[in-house]
Amino acid sequence: MTDAAANSPVTAMPPKQRSMWGDVWRSYRRHPGAMAGTAVFLLILLAVVFGPYIHTVDPGKLDIRAKNITMSLDHPMGTDNLGRDMLAQVLAGGRTSLAVGITAMLLSMLVGAAVGILAGYFRRIDGALMRVTDLFLALPLLPLLLVITMLFRDTLRAAIGPESGIFVLIVFIIGITSWMNTARIVRGEVLTLKEREFVLAARSIGTRNHRILTRHILPNVLSPIMVSATLGIANAIITESALSFLGLGFPSDFPTWGRLLFDGANFMTLTPSRVIWPGLAISLTVLSVNFMGDGLRDALDPRIRGR
Amino acid sequence: MIKSRKLMLATAAALALSATGAAAERGADGQLNILYWQAVSVLNPFLSGGTKDVEGSSLVLEPLARYDETGTMVPWLVEDIPTVENGGVSEDLTTITWKIKDGIKWSDGTPFTAEDVAFTAAYCMDESGGCQQAANFSDVASVEAVDPLTVKVTFAVPKPFPYGPFVGAQSPVLQKAQFQDCMGAAAPTCTEANFHPIGTGPFVVQDFKANDVVVFAANPEFRDPEKPAFSTVVFKGGGDAASAARSVLETGEFDYAWNLQVEPEILSQMEAAGRGELVSAFGTSVERFEVNMTDPDPALGDKRSTVEGGPHPFLTDPAVTKALSLAIDREILVEAGYGAAGQVTCNLVPAPEAYASTANDWCKTQDIEAANKLLDDAGWVAGSDGIREKDGVRLSMLYQTSTNSVRQGTQALIKQMWSEIGVETELRNVDASVFFGGDPASPDTFQKLYADVEMFTNNFDGTDPQSYLASWRCSEIPSPKNNWLGGNNPRYCSEEYDALFEELSKTAGIEQRAVIAKQLNDMLVEAGAIIPLIHRGGVSAHANSLGGVVMNEWDSELWNIADWHRVE
Repeated sequence: MTDAAANSPVTAMPPKQRSMWGDVWRSYRRHPGAMAGTAVFLLILLAVVFGPYIHTVDPGKLDIRAKNITMSLDHPMGTDNLGRDMLAQVLAGGRTSLAVGITAMLLSMLVGAAVGILAGYFRRIDGALMRVTDLFLALPLLPLLLVITMLFRDTLRAAIGPESGIFVLIVFIIGITSWMNTARIVRGEVLTLKEREFVLAARSIGTRNHRILTRHILPNVLSPIMVSATLGIANAIITESALSFLGLGFPSDFPTWGRLLFDGANFMTLTPSRVIWPGLAISLTVLSVNFMGDGLRDALDPRIRGR
Repeated sequence: MIKSRKLMLATAAALALSATGAAAERGADGQLNILYWQAVSVLNPFLSGGTKDVEGSSLVLEPLARYDETGTMVPWLVEDIPTVENGGVSEDLTTITWKIKDGIKWSDGTPFTAEDVAFTAAYCMDESGGCQQAANFSDVASVEAVDPLTVKVTFAVPKPFPYGPFVGAQSPVLQKAQFQDCMGAAAPTCTEANFHPIGTGPFVVQDFKANDVVVFAANPEFRDPEKPAFSTVVFKGGGDAASAARSVLETGEFDYAWNLQVEPEILSQMEAAGRGELVSAFGTSVERFEVNMTDPDPALGDKRSTVEGGPHPFLTDPAVTKALSLAIDREILVEAGYGAAGQVTCNLVPAPEAYASTANDWCKTQDIEAANKLLDDAGWVAGSDGIREKDGVRLSMLYQTSTNSVRQGTQALIKQMWSEIGVETELRNVDASVFFGGDPASPDTFQKLYADVEMFTNNFDGTDPQSYLASWRCSEIPSPKNNWLGGNNPRYCSEEYDALFEELSKTAGIEQRAVIAKQLNDMLVEAGAIIPLIHRGGVSAHANSLGGVVMNEWDSELWNIADWHRVE
């Protein structure tokens, strides 16, 4: 692989790379957990994206006469104590929760992978970057959140509006407090990779650092990055739920799965559907994403893939 | 009806207790667990306006007289209530003389004297002390100890209602020996005294963790040798109203839980578990909007929500605030969040009957059409997105309140009602301990009001609203200068109001006073500084095994805790 890449990447790379990803895909397909996880996740994704076009009830519409209804034809998941339709709220909440999960994951992967690769590859900045990582690991999340919310809430609200302001804030907070593990894992991988023969060979023929990083190192650490990415989505959704649960997240009339669960907790005995559905949605999403990560790790690891 | 029946039952239980109580012994009933879901942060009520702090300290500190469950004044540490008839109040209404009962002792064994009472007045009236209950001492010229058991309060003006100082849970007596070095600016720094006040009440502070838990022990020097029945009281704070209700009514972990602002359907379901009982009483509590008359724009920096920062861009227009009030269907708010514990009101002073104005009854029924017309006539026209605007100012508001599911439900309902008149609302909820915490460093306290409107409940002790109405004078506006203390959250300032208030403080005769109090109430409502929503009854819960509870909305709920006891 390294020879081909070094000599003539344009002609030699495509068939080889296709076959590698083909292998990965075939291996992934054989992992039943991963396939089930993918199916469930896609189903949830499709439901929250297209669901509101089919079930066209406004999630914020209050109808006090239809409060605390259990499941019925008009309200398949019942209503809350102010008469809001639960299905519409779960769908709308899912959009936010998934959007937060995916964006925060992307941010955390970007930071984590960058820090990990740079620290592993450049010895000079390794110490500094890893101490920063330690520092972030040591930060207590909740007090940090309180301070950040207090400092930036009004500024962001004035700049980009209340809901997108909170969205940016939450994504940012989750992103910058969850990249450290990725960075550590990636750094370890890079440290071993950079002493391997193909990297030394590339360096000996005068390849510049950024070429070595993008050509040789990055593709080889993709496996741990992808795996922590899937776990990151789950983590972000749960953190957002926790924030909403504490009342620090989005405004109270802006549904997210975490908030629906929080609001429903008191009504658990009266209308159980208020906690069952959002709770199920969170659990299923997190579980399915974890299974996908599991399958991806097995598929991306050549030693396991062969079996 | 149900309420009054409960009250009668409770009273009957109390009577039964006092009959059997003769054989009782101090501390025989062990430990009492009380849960206040807002934790106590300081045990000196003069340094905190929070009900939780006032009521928490009422186990230790006592006033000379207090109000019973019917709102009637009862002598507590004194022989009787001074009146003009018994000569305790002078003919010209400028002095009141209290006769202290003989033999009352502080919990450290020293005698309770008139010196302590006079000292308490000096302590609260010290300008630099930031006393939260200063309104109770308005117009007091001097308080002197005539002899060890006689206190004479002299007012600068004739005082038709001279029962402000030393009456009710908000105006108890501090021990001079303990607090004499804590005057003025030193008041908040005396942590030991503020956390472990020495009192005359049935309990003494044994251990206090601020914002968490207070442990009280029975006061060995308490005047009635058989009381209190409990040897210790654990006064726990934290959690939320629903879990507090559950811990008494369903799980039985606690004996008493306070202020159960929980959706009625949940409460009645919990009560059905049969472990405890709900008690409620109506006093003067009103859930209301306090409307910011100053500009809360964050761009103003330090001048935000202060008079210096300038008037609010649209809430100073009475047409807007009246339309906001008209657009609210209060019946629905009561039904969704309060049930039997709430009534529609259009007044800041909803009770006693004689003081309740009828001038604002237009607000009782929702009238979207009239609200829209008001705004149309005032020149607020709907823009392309349906939100009304005038001269580039949009009717878009930030609406904050404390975190509580009933309040968030009310927020959602009101947001929808206001959207029908082209007003955009952003909702924000702040944790109750922060919102009511009064920490000058936090931007989210109700005093700072970094929002356009805020919703919460307040009330006044006793039956005379004078000291309550004093809160909305110009001088009471919270600002950085007074460390954000002061009760005038709307930053309402009107010379006319201040003048009329002066008149109230000089007027004798209940009828005339009622007329003026109503006028003051109407001024605040008409100016839109206050938008009253719901007259709230207090709801608490006690375990079936706890007897002697007499729910009292006119004073501390724990006013008669010395009589509480275990029942089989």
